[in-house]
Amino acid sequence: MLLLPCPWCGPRDEVEFHYGGQAGIAYPPDPEALGDEAWADYLFMRDNPRGAFAERWYHVHGCRRWFDLRRDTATNDLLGA
Amino acid sequence: MRYWRAAEPKRSYDVVVVGGGGHGLATAYYLARNHGVTDVCVVEKGWLGGGNTARNTTIIRSNYLWDESAAIYEHSLKLWEGLEEDLGLDLSFSQRGVLNLAHDLQDVRGSLRRVNANALNAVDAEWLTPAEVARFCPIVNVSPRVRYPVLGATLQRRGGVARHDRVAWGFATAADRLGVDIVEHAEVTGFARGPGGRVTGVDTTRGTVAAGSVALVAAGHTSVLAAMVGLRLPLQSHPLQALVSVLLEPVLGCVVMSNAVHVYVSQADKGELVMGAGVDAHNSYTQRGSFHVIERQMAAAVELFPVFAHAKLLRTWGGIVDVSPDASPIIGRTPLDGLFLNCGWGTGGFKATPGSGWVLAETIAKGEPSLLAAPFALERFTSGALIDEHGAAAVAH
Repeated sequence: MLLLPCPWCGPRDEVEFHYGGQAGIAYPPDPEALGDEAWADYLFMRDNPRGAFAERWYHVHGCRRWFDLRRDTATNDLLGA
Repeated sequence: MRYWRAAEPKRSYDVVVVGGGGHGLATAYYLARNHGVTDVCVVEKGWLGGGNTARNTTIIRSNYLWDESAAIYEHSLKLWEGLEEDLGLDLSFSQRGVLNLAHDLQDVRGSLRRVNANALNAVDAEWLTPAEVARFCPIVNVSPRVRYPVLGATLQRRGGVARHDRVAWGFATAADRLGVDIVEHAEVTGFARGPGGRVTGVDTTRGTVAAGSVALVAAGHTSVLAAMVGLRLPLQSHPLQALVSVLLEPVLGCVVMSNAVHVYVSQADKGELVMGAGVDAHNSYTQRGSFHVIERQMAAAVELFPVFAHAKLLRTWGGIVDVSPDASPIIGRTPLDGLFLNCGWGTGGFKATPGSGWVLAETIAKGEPSLLAAPFALERFTSGALIDEHGAAAVAH
């Protein structure tokens, strides 16, 4: 069970959150210019490291705001924003 | 009986398979048996069959929705039906029937659609009413006065279970007998590259091994290996949990699964209830999951099977599964010559063990995708020809 540091509500239990996957995946600025490979990359390809990972969390049962977090996927240690 | 030799790795092989779980061992076995490719090495970072192969809930079925899936899972089920004879080992393969329960109208519609799709693909499937569910499995609570009442179920009578560790031992022993080297405690730390980026071998903790072809069959750790050659995959790794109860008298004669309330359970021959829980939503390689996942699963299980309230939980554990966006596997070539993939089986790979090895072996031996594997190529994420099996995959992700 994770204790996640919501930047607005403080440390809260994992069950209050919704996971948003890898952070920093921006919507393509010019979608119509994208080819199939670039779309596949945007939609489906993701980093999946064993170690430090920057990810999105949504405090759905709290303040209902998104935030980024860095976590070690091998140990669950929190590495700060 | 003699099992497999503890082989010393040679300096070079025709094929190196990375991952000594069921799928990797089956790949090596069928390379040798079906294609005469015997100069094969399986490298395993831990001990043989010590990962997800020995951590799953051993459910075997083939009742998937789409033609592509029905074809590969049914091929696998047919192989299971002759596997003990083929490998010469008792695998405790038991076709005791798999029930998939439906709990709301959408579930019922999806299930009926799947039964009809299965019938068209010659996969055995039946629809049971709640009364028929109660006759087939008397301990299921089919009362309408529960939170998620049972509105019916699909039944695949040819589905069942097998003893998972013996499956790994059986494939290893049979492959070894045909000349395959199985090297345990050899973790891959990098890849040898040739002209044009071709993958020409693996660096392991037990030395460098050259290879004509390298196959990554490493389940939850496939992304970590692929990253070593700069390959990014549509996979996310999550812990999937399972648990067993103390030993009980026989109470459950079939496999029962429920997508909606997230229970899947069978009773092992020894007597323990073997139950699967869900995946943690977040990426993780910790081989343990969050307790609330178990808690939620147990609450639903006790409502569905009131008799389970007497059972004590003995042990829980987690395995790292590689989940793909469409809940279907990724099998075949990669953008790098000499490198093949078999991954993305997510939460339900055990049932596919023989079929998965069969099609990957054919793909490697011929250098082009086998008919059954072709739809599952990595290219489908670019072409858009996804094979969405979230409805049949049983574990929500």
